[in-house]
Formats: sequence, structure tokens, C-alpha cells
Amino acid sequence: MNPVPLFVAIPLGAAFLIPMLGIWWKKSGEALAALSTATLAVMAILSIGSTAVAYHMGGWAPPVGIALVSDGLTVLLLIAVNVIAFLCIIFSLKYMTAYSGLPKYYSLFMLMVAGMNGVVVSGDLFNLYVFLEVASIASYALVAFGTEADELEAGFKYLVLGSVASVMILFAIGTVYAVTGTLNMADAAREISTRFSGAGAMNPALLLAAAMFLMGFSLKAALVPFHAWLPDAHPSAPAPISAMLSGVVIKSLGIYAICRVFFHVFGFDPNVMGSVILANSMIWLAVLSIVVGGLLAIGQWDYKRLLAYSSIGQVGYVMLGLGVGARVLATGGPRSLAALAILGGLFHLVNHAFFKSLLFLSSGAIQHATGTRDMKQMGGLREKMPITSAVTNLAALSISGVPPFSGFWSKLIILIAVVKAEHYVIAGIAIVMAFVTLAYYVKVQREIIFGSVRGAVERAKEVPAAMYVPLIILAIVCVGFGLLYPVFGYRILEPARDALMNSAEYVKLVLG
Amino acid sequence: MKGMSLIVKTISDFVVGFIIIFGAYIVLYGHLTPGGGFAGGVIIASAFILLMLAHGKDVAFSKLGERAAHILDSAGALAFLLIGWVGVVGGYFFMNVFGRGEQFRLLSSGMILPGNIAIAFKVASSLFLVFSALAVFRRRSFRSMIEGELR
Amino acid sequence: MTVYFLCVVLLTMGLYCLVAKKNIVKKVIGLVIMDYAVNLYLIIIGYKKGGVAPVVERGMNSAMLERFVDPLPQALVLTSIVIGLGVLALMVAMCIRIYERHGTFDMSQISKLRG
Repeated sequence: MNPVPLFVAIPLGAAFLIPMLGIWWKKSGEALAALSTATLAVMAILSIGSTAVAYHMGGWAPPVGIALVSDGLTVLLLIAVNVIAFLCIIFSLKYMTAYSGLPKYYSLFMLMVAGMNGVVVSGDLFNLYVFLEVASIASYALVAFGTEADELEAGFKYLVLGSVASVMILFAIGTVYAVTGTLNMADAAREISTRFSGAGAMNPALLLAAAMFLMGFSLKAALVPFHAWLPDAHPSAPAPISAMLSGVVIKSLGIYAICRVFFHVFGFDPNVMGSVILANSMIWLAVLSIVVGGLLAIGQWDYKRLLAYSSIGQVGYVMLGLGVGARVLATGGPRSLAALAILGGLFHLVNHAFFKSLLFLSSGAIQHATGTRDMKQMGGLREKMPITSAVTNLAALSISGVPPFSGFWSKLIILIAVVKAEHYVIAGIAIVMAFVTLAYYVKVQREIIFGSVRGAVERAKEVPAAMYVPLIILAIVCVGFGLLYPVFGYRILEPARDALMNSAEYVKLVLG
Repeated sequence: MKGMSLIVKTISDFVVGFIIIFGAYIVLYGHLTPGGGFAGGVIIASAFILLMLAHGKDVAFSKLGERAAHILDSAGALAFLLIGWVGVVGGYFFMNVFGRGEQFRLLSSGMILPGNIAIAFKVASSLFLVFSALAVFRRRSFRSMIEGELR
Repeated sequence: MTVYFLCVVLLTMGLYCLVAKKNIVKKVIGLVIMDYAVNLYLIIIGYKKGGVAPVVERGMNSAMLERFVDPLPQALVLTSIVIGLGVLALMVAMCIRIYERHGTFDMSQISKLRG
């Protein structure tokens, strides 16, 4: 049997079983969540290299029925989501014992995973919206899970802005349906490419829909100027949830959806009017995010808040790669150059998913041991918590782009592509901001890890093994991605890039 | 919540049964007429909400306990998922493997009817839980507000 | 065309309420208005002049089926209403919790996170 629907069915089943069994069995959440995310992670890793398939729900062939699609891009995202979800659950086992209502926590966590997997495998615009809402509602509740004053405020902001994004996305979906008469992404792509190609043939309603999609998904991905909720929401959540939010939620709900909708449904092609405008706005959003996220991160003294601003900047790099690739495709430039830019963007997406979740989990470990997030009250963590400090260092080096770690290669690929595409000013900005990234991670190292033991660190002890084992696994992945690119890049990244670039192949895959 | 006046209590006692029957009708005939699991479930939940408004929390919870509602909530969703799994027998998730039956008959259109019933349980119990949770919330925050004012 | 325009007007009214009002309950109301503006928009997309409800009855012929309004947007709206209900319940619960913590619904007094 085809495993694609299992990526949604398993976490959904776990999400509903946990509260039911939780009435009689207090540990049901831990057990079921760990079991199902482990299964999902193994399934995701096993699906590397599998051929692209379109699964017809209920046996109805698209465009009538709902299709679940699994291609290279899907596999890339499924690996990131499910592996990180599994490690976050393992981390939660010890970390979350301080909270009450744990079956609810694990149930919401599984709902969030189900929603993200659903977004990633969905081949239907409205289905994408539904799963996006499932994942978003679960994450709103999880941000406010502690129900302290800060958490509620952050959760409310996230809820309001997230709902505005959802309204925009639904409006855009309605417009696409009104113009094309279908909700299936492949069918809509075919309609748009046949009916609205050629000079000046872009429908103004479609352009409105594209703008609404870009706004909605940018709000979900927290690109500047739609970022206001992120620096509040991500630090306020419990550490495993911060890791999920920064690591995979903003990417699967935001970046992935932008990729799918713009590259496949609207299509970047010289024949399609308005695709240059779209690509340019993607680049502008990316540059703004890189600059604003980076500059605001420097001044932060709250460790998790610094990480949150850093997320904005790094997602900007992902978007820059994708945007430059899109612009090259839209202006009819060489496809090899577009392929390079998109590959860089996707590579940075995966890298950022792993090192940012590692950083947030380690910040949780630090908070667990010292009881504070304030960098002014820390120092000399290296002596008290050697393992956590080591992995934090690794992740910081990786994210700030120090060779030979993975972040260096992905940023290098993006920069080479930007220079080759002759966007010299943007390339200059990206290089300067890469140094700014290095600067604020040097600040993290100076204030928290090195130096003399002071403040809250004096009482700190190394966290238990259940908490540092996931950190070590993530650190190994970070190093491995940098050194072993030829091994896994060939198997994961290149299929994803090819899937993203070939809109026609996607249409053929789904519609047969 | 202590409940409302005698008139409200009597009338609501009288109509609650009819509301539930109407809700069940909407659920069971959801595949033939407008309606379905969600609409019928909302109507059934509204019967319990009426009970809670008229008689107070304790009477409503004696009819449908909080724990039972939680179990029904999850069980409904799981039952729907299970119906999806049954379709795997036919080769696809959610495939309609039961016979389609004769048009315009109650027992027709395969798994839409069991699906509707599962959703109705889920919707009725979860809406009831949402309402009761908000009612409990309100009482507690009201008390804390009064205490705050006294201080 | 005018009805689509009115939908957008309703959407912007909701957005204005969301942005301009300080009371978080009013913000929630603004969000609900936005939500319903989009629902209305979806319904109008599927509407046909002189159309009838898409319910098949005994003895209908194909000419009558032609007059059906598009049922797909109605299914979408139903789903969207359910989702909106879930979000609304969460928002109201959060408002009550915020009131418990802060003793006020005023966003400008609640707001502490910045920087």
C-alpha cells in the first residue's frame, strides 16, 4: 500500500487517541507521541529516493477527487518535519514534566504534525488551506500552553495575525477557483498555463489572488514586514514548541506553500505576465527579512528572542535563493542558474530547520538548568554544561556560516547564484548580513558559553541524557550536512529542486 | 450557574427531547437532504447547551458527563478515521467500499451515513465541551474579578 | 460586480476594526467579520442568477440540474465556518484567560512584549 496518506493518518489517530487513553493512563501522551513520531520519522527517511506518486483519496481521480502528491520536494519537507518532530518529542519527555495537562500537550503536538504533513502532501488548494489551519490552530494553542501573561499575549498576537493570513489565503483560493473553475493544483496550473499565457494575457483577478497568497503565506512564514508575531510567539512557547515553530512550522506553512503555489500553480515563465512582479516581490521580502531580522537580533539580550529574530533573517536567505531562482525563470534566463539558486534556497531551508531547532532545544536545556533566558545573567556555561555548550557552539558556527559546516555551503550557493544573476547590491547586502549573523552568534558565545562562571550559571548542572541525546543527534546532522553533501544532496536536494522547477511534470504526475 | 426560572426550566425540559430527535433526523438523512454530521451534531449539542442554560451546569453534566463527552469526542474522530481505513480494503483510503444502495433510501450511499454519525458524535460532544469550558471559565474569572475589587 | 466589491468593503471593515480597536474582544469581532466577508465571497462565486439549491430530488431531469448553483463553494464555506468556529472558540478562551491575568481587555495595557 502507498504510504502517503499514512503521514496524515498516523499523527491524526495519535492526536485523538491520546486524550481518550489519557483519562485512564497518565503516560499515554508520552508513549503514543514517541511511538508515532518515531514511525513517521522512519517512514520519511525510507521514502528517500522513492518515485513521485499521486494518491487518489477514495479512488476518485483528480480533478474530481482529492489528490495527495509525493514528489521530491514533499520528501524533503517530510524528512525535516518528521525527524525534528521525533527529536522534539524525545526532548519533551523530560523537559515538559514541569507543566500540567500533558496529554493535551502531546495531542496538540500530534495535531500540529498532522497539519504540517497534510500541507506538505496535499495536492489540492483547499485541502492545503484546511491542513494549514489545523497546524496553525494547534500551534496557537501550544504557544499559549503555559497560560502565563507573556504566553497569552504572544499567543493572542499570533492567533490574530495567523487568522488574518488564513483569511487572505482563503480569499485567494476563492479567486483562483472563480477564474479556473478548479481547486486541484495541477488542474489549476494547466488552466492558467493554457488560458493565460502569452504577452499581456495575465488575468487581473489572478494577479490579485497571487498578491493575497503572497501576503498570507508571508505572514505564516514571518517575512518582514509581516513578522511582528514571531519574536513574541517563538520565545514564549515551551522550548520543544519553539524548536518546531522556528524549525519547521514557518517553513512548511509558509515557504513550502509559497513554493508549491507560485512555482507550480502560477508558474514562473516568461510567457506568464506578472511572474516577474511576483519574483521581484519575493526578492524584496527576502532582502528586507535578511536586513531587519539580522539588525534586530544584535540588540537582544533575551536568548530565545535573539534566536527568533535570527530565524527571520535566515528564512530571508531561503527566500532569497528561491526568489532569485524564480526571477531567472521568469525573465527567461539560463535554467542552470535558476537551478543553482533554488538548490541553495532549499539547502538552506533544510539546514536552518536542523540548526535552528537545535539552538532552540539547547536554549530550552539552558533555561531548564539555569532558570533564565537573560544573557546578562549567564556566563561560563562551558564549565557547568559541557555537552549543551558544545552543541550550541556547533549550531552557532553552522548558522553563522563558518566553513566547513552546512550553513556555509548553503549561503555560499545562494550568494554565488545571486552574483551570477547580476544582483550585485543584493549580494553585497547578503554578505554583510552574513557577517552580522556571525557577530550576534559571537555575542551568544561570549555572553553564555565562554568567560567566567557567573550569575545563574553557578547553580547549573548538565541536563539529563533524555534531553541532550536529541541535541547530539541534531548536531551530528548539522555537521553531516556540511561534510557529506555529495551523499545526501544527490538523493534528497536534487530531486526536490527538479520537482520544484518542472511545473509541467507535476501536472503530468497528478492528472496522468 | 443556578439555572433560570421555573417557566424556562419546564419549557426546556419539554423541547429538549424534540431537539435531539430533530438533530438525529438531520444526521441520519444527511446524505439525502440538506444537513449532515456537522449540522445535526450542532443541533444535538444545542439541546445540551439549552439544558445547561436552563438548569445549570450540574444537571447538564448529569445527562452527559464531562468524561463521557471527552471520550465521545475522541471516539467520534477515531471512528471517522476508521471508516477511512475501511476504504483501504478497496485499494484507497476513504474508498466507498460499502454498496451504494438504492437512491433516496435511508440505507444508501455507502459510508457517508456512518461517516455522518461519527462526525455528529464528535461535533455534538466537542461543542458541548467548548460551551461548558467557557461557562466554567466565566464563573471563575468573574469571581476573581470580584475578589480583585474587594481588595 | 458590485457584490464582489461589497465583499471587499466588508473585509476592509473587519480589518479596520482589527487594527483600530484596542479592546481585544472587538478585535475578535473584527476578525469574525473578515472571516464572514470571505465566506460571503465564496458563496457569491458559486451563485447563478435564478439558480436553485443543489439537492437532487425524485423525478428531476437534466434541464433542472442545469439550474443548480455550484455546490462546491458551499462545501468550502461549510468547512471554513467550522474552522472559523474552532478559531473563535480558541480566541474567546484566550480573551477570558487574558482578562484573568491582566484584569483588562485593553491591548495597550496588556502589551508588554516588545523590542
